[in-house]
Amino acid sequence: MRIENIARLGWLALLLLFAGNAWAQANLEVNTPAVAALQSSMQKRFAELQPLYANGAVGLTRDGFVALRDANAVPLAQRQQVNGLVAAENQDRSALYREIARANSKPEWENDIRTTFAQRWIDKAQGGWYYQNNAGAWTRK
Amino acid sequence: MRSLTVNAALAAALLLQGCVTINIYFPAAAAEKAADKIIDEVWQLKKPGEPVAPSSNVPQSR
Repeated sequence: MRIENIARLGWLALLLLFAGNAWAQANLEVNTPAVAALQSSMQKRFAELQPLYANGAVGLTRDGFVALRDANAVPLAQRQQVNGLVAAENQDRSALYREIARANSKPEWENDIRTTFAQRWIDKAQGGWYYQNNAGAWTRK
Repeated sequence: MRSLTVNAALAAALLLQGCVTINIYFPAAAAEKAADKIIDEVWQLKKPGEPVAPSSNVPQSR
């Protein structure tokens, strides 16, 4: 009788764990105030970054960030500003990956999240933009 | 009888450990979905056939 009860409890625990696990697999929590703030900050910055992506001055790196690819595409007077834009964007992206991992109580997922984003940023990039291929070489989409 | 209980407890513990281990695997599909959602927002990409864009609704109402 006692063993039966233990077995029943065990099965119940297993079922609950599987259910929780299945839910965790199906969804990644991204609805946090921090994620929303980073998203809106990056969305505003995109207005300034878009022409730089388009003329190849800035490209998407294979590790989920952006980089100044061709400084010559930027007039000398604006280079400092572009460097600032790239640095600010990368700061937001880094914070975004960390925050999503943190929101899911899995800080160890940060790198996987960054890698996933890296691929999706490139997949969704517009034609003509530059990205780093798997070998790290700049490629025009 | 007692060893049976111990065995059952051990088996349960092992099974539970297995479940916890599963949960450590990175949910790649869910992460892609989350990434797509955020990137669409940041880059203002609209999915085709999705009438969510407020910018296209505003001119129509005027």
